[in-house]
Amino acid sequence: MVKDLVDKFKLAVAAGKSGLDREVMDGYCGDLLSEIMGNAPAGCAWMTVQGHQNIVAVAVLREIAAIIITGGQKPDEETIQKADQEGIPILQWPDSSFSLAGRLFSAGIGNPATE
Amino acid sequence: MHIFKKSFQIKGGEFNRAGEVSINIQNLLKSMDFDPRLIRRIAICGYESEMNVVMHGGEGSLSLEVDADKLTLEVTDDGPGIEDIDLAMQAGYSTAEDAHREMGFGAGMGLPNIKKNADLIHIESPENKGTIVQMVFFLPDGGKAD
Repeated sequence: MVKDLVDKFKLAVAAGKSGLDREVMDGYCGDLLSEIMGNAPAGCAWMTVQGHQNIVAVAVLREIAAIIITGGQKPDEETIQKADQEGIPILQWPDSSFSLAGRLFSAGIGNPATE
Repeated sequence: MHIFKKSFQIKGGEFNRAGEVSINIQNLLKSMDFDPRLIRRIAICGYESEMNVVMHGGEGSLSLEVDADKLTLEVTDDGPGIEDIDLAMQAGYSTAEDAHREMGFGAGMGLPNIKKNADLIHIESPENKGTIVQMVFFLPDGGKAD
């Protein structure tokens, strides 16, 4: 669950607390919204540096479990409001997408060797 | 005779509302019990259509038609039109402004994403007369969830 990632990796929860029990089945990194729309797996944790409100619509449409804003970037106020409305958790990680993706993969997320 | 038809307005430049129409359509299709994989394909096409109008299109609309054997999305706008449709269909080709690209839009993947996910796509875009894009999704076995 999203909540387990929050605890394990000490991610800050910026919005969408009502969605913290969503299941995380995979991970995906990217900052081009059409690339995410086209390719991100359902139920993934999505790591991106984008913090504007359109990331929430992408997450809803693509059935993404949680958005993790990386690189010390912050979600806009409108992003927080939309994510709260839609129940999409927005988490924050101070370092790069790469460094978090490595940790998630080692913990078994999206890692076929551990499934 | 359509089983169902609904049209939603889209306003160019309204980035703050971009995606809302597609989320409405997604929820409608879920309530009609369509196959989640089909809904995903339609969500992608709806979102890309909506973003095209928001970025380029002036005033427009996105409509959903449900028939027994197919679903159709149709997006129309009164924007400047697509100068070269063949180029626009190429992955990576984009006419988006730099400000939009910095937000992660305008990657030149919109129409290619639509082409990949719709069974049929038809584009009409006479110069300065707006654009119509029709996307058809066939329902070989009714398209409903298992």
